[in-house]
Amino acid sequence: MELHELTIHELRGLLAERSVSSVEATRAVLARIDAVDKQIGAYITLDRDGALKQAEAADKLLAEGRGGPLRGVPLALKDVLCTRGVRTTCGSHILENFVPPYDATVVSRLKEAGAVILGKVTMDEFAMGSANENTPYTVPRNPWDTNRVCGGSSGGSAAAVAAGECFASLGSDTGGSIRQPASHCGVVGMKPTYGRVSRYGLVAFASSLDQVGPFARDVRDCATMLQAISGHDPRDSTSMAEPVPDFAGALVEGLQGVRLGIPEEYFGPGIDPEVRAAVLAGIDRLREAGAEPVSVSLPHTEYCVAVYYIIAPAEASSNLARYDGVRYGVRAKEAVSLAEMYRASRSAGFGAEVKRRIIIGTYALSSGYYDAYYRKASQVRTLITEDYRRAFEQCDVLVSPVVPTPAWPLGEKQSDPLSVYLSDILTISANLAGIPGMSVPCGFNSGGLPIGMQLQAAHFQEEKLLRVGYNLEQRLGLAGRRPVL
Amino acid sequence: MKITPEEIRHVARLAHLDLGPGEVETMATQLDKILSYVDKLSELDTGGVAPTTHPHAARNAFREDEVKQSLERQEALGNAPQANAETFVVPRVI
Repeated sequence: MELHELTIHELRGLLAERSVSSVEATRAVLARIDAVDKQIGAYITLDRDGALKQAEAADKLLAEGRGGPLRGVPLALKDVLCTRGVRTTCGSHILENFVPPYDATVVSRLKEAGAVILGKVTMDEFAMGSANENTPYTVPRNPWDTNRVCGGSSGGSAAAVAAGECFASLGSDTGGSIRQPASHCGVVGMKPTYGRVSRYGLVAFASSLDQVGPFARDVRDCATMLQAISGHDPRDSTSMAEPVPDFAGALVEGLQGVRLGIPEEYFGPGIDPEVRAAVLAGIDRLREAGAEPVSVSLPHTEYCVAVYYIIAPAEASSNLARYDGVRYGVRAKEAVSLAEMYRASRSAGFGAEVKRRIIIGTYALSSGYYDAYYRKASQVRTLITEDYRRAFEQCDVLVSPVVPTPAWPLGEKQSDPLSVYLSDILTISANLAGIPGMSVPCGFNSGGLPIGMQLQAAHFQEEKLLRVGYNLEQRLGLAGRRPVL
Repeated sequence: MKITPEEIRHVARLAHLDLGPGEVETMATQLDKILSYVDKLSELDTGGVAPTTHPHAARNAFREDEVKQSLERQEALGNAPQANAETFVVPRVI
């Protein structure tokens, strides 16, 4: 295997024994980016010089025997995370020149752990989308089939890991934006429990749903990344003081005593037969590892998309009010009055999907419609949360597909927003309830496209996800497969 | 129609967005479809169900009111489309 294809734990071994330097690893990844990113389009901003400087600094510390869980490991960040001195566009024209004066907490934590930050990867504008096609920048392509979407909104984070353009990455997940592209690109992705990871410096989309999480080549790397970013942050009052366990400790062989909940509503008629077959075959492997399957029901699943497309736009319409052309972002030059300047800057700065969601959210919160839409959706959110509470009395981990279908052809769903929204039906509920969810590769369809298995657990039970995911990966032996580019 | 082009124009004004004539019509059609789908929620009887606005029970995060280091003024102004040495500059308000 080539250097850029290794896992973090393999690379760390080589770095620790000094048979490879961080500068060599970084150069190898930069060469890979030069070779394939024209095809893939993962990066918006590549910080070549900054990355090499960080790698040199890491090599000095490694030579002194001063490791660190990610010392010298080149990573990529979704462009929704603020990086001091490195442009952060949030996939939007309105922030095309924004250079944050501070690092997001997750970015500081990765740096403290020793990571080399390569640059910023693409996403749907303001993380609103499921195919990474809502972007004024290059639309990224799926490394397994470059005529297909990567998924979204963290499309660049998933594609970069799959294509060998970084060793792991961070994304954000508001309704499936980590798990869905991870599934489409054949990598591991986790949305942690709401409050497990700080949102300070994460550009806000829907504040009660957003959570930062890792993309990685295998479950062990996912645990390493999660470890580095987890924990309370005084700068995010919604981050929780819950103790952070040793996640690597969860990676044990065997699933004796683990009850796997199989929610009937996640295997309904809309699920592609090959996706269903791959997930069921994965469940058989988990049973061989000792897990006990039980049937469970999450009866309000069919309502989650409707709830989400009120609550998320409502929160977004409020969060995105800050883009007014005053403190940062692009300002329309021709405007004479202040009100005109706001309107002209926002209208020119935002793309169609962002405007659509601001309009839906403003409408749902407006006088006369608040009770019918926002309040009603918030009540059904309670019912969805209660479904989970009951299900987790009967099982430890819920297993299901992540997305109803494998990655679709580029452009296919662009004219019909609702059809894209409906593809999120299996991932949205976890955000509404705030529970952790994970996507682990579990097979390929007949066309060679990756299929993921979704694992969900109760609040702060990420260890259960990692344990089940690890056993699935061990039994399937798919973690070494890489796309040919 | 769940939402008319006139309502779209009204909501756009509230949100400080200008929509072109073509954009209003397209958005009315798309939002009509989305809101008709959202109407699915009315199938459910939610009488007596408390709304959830946040995944974890609300709690206040208190801290001492202490003066701490914050961004330097020049850094805070650094991304402004227009600024002078001390403040953000905007078009005349009054």
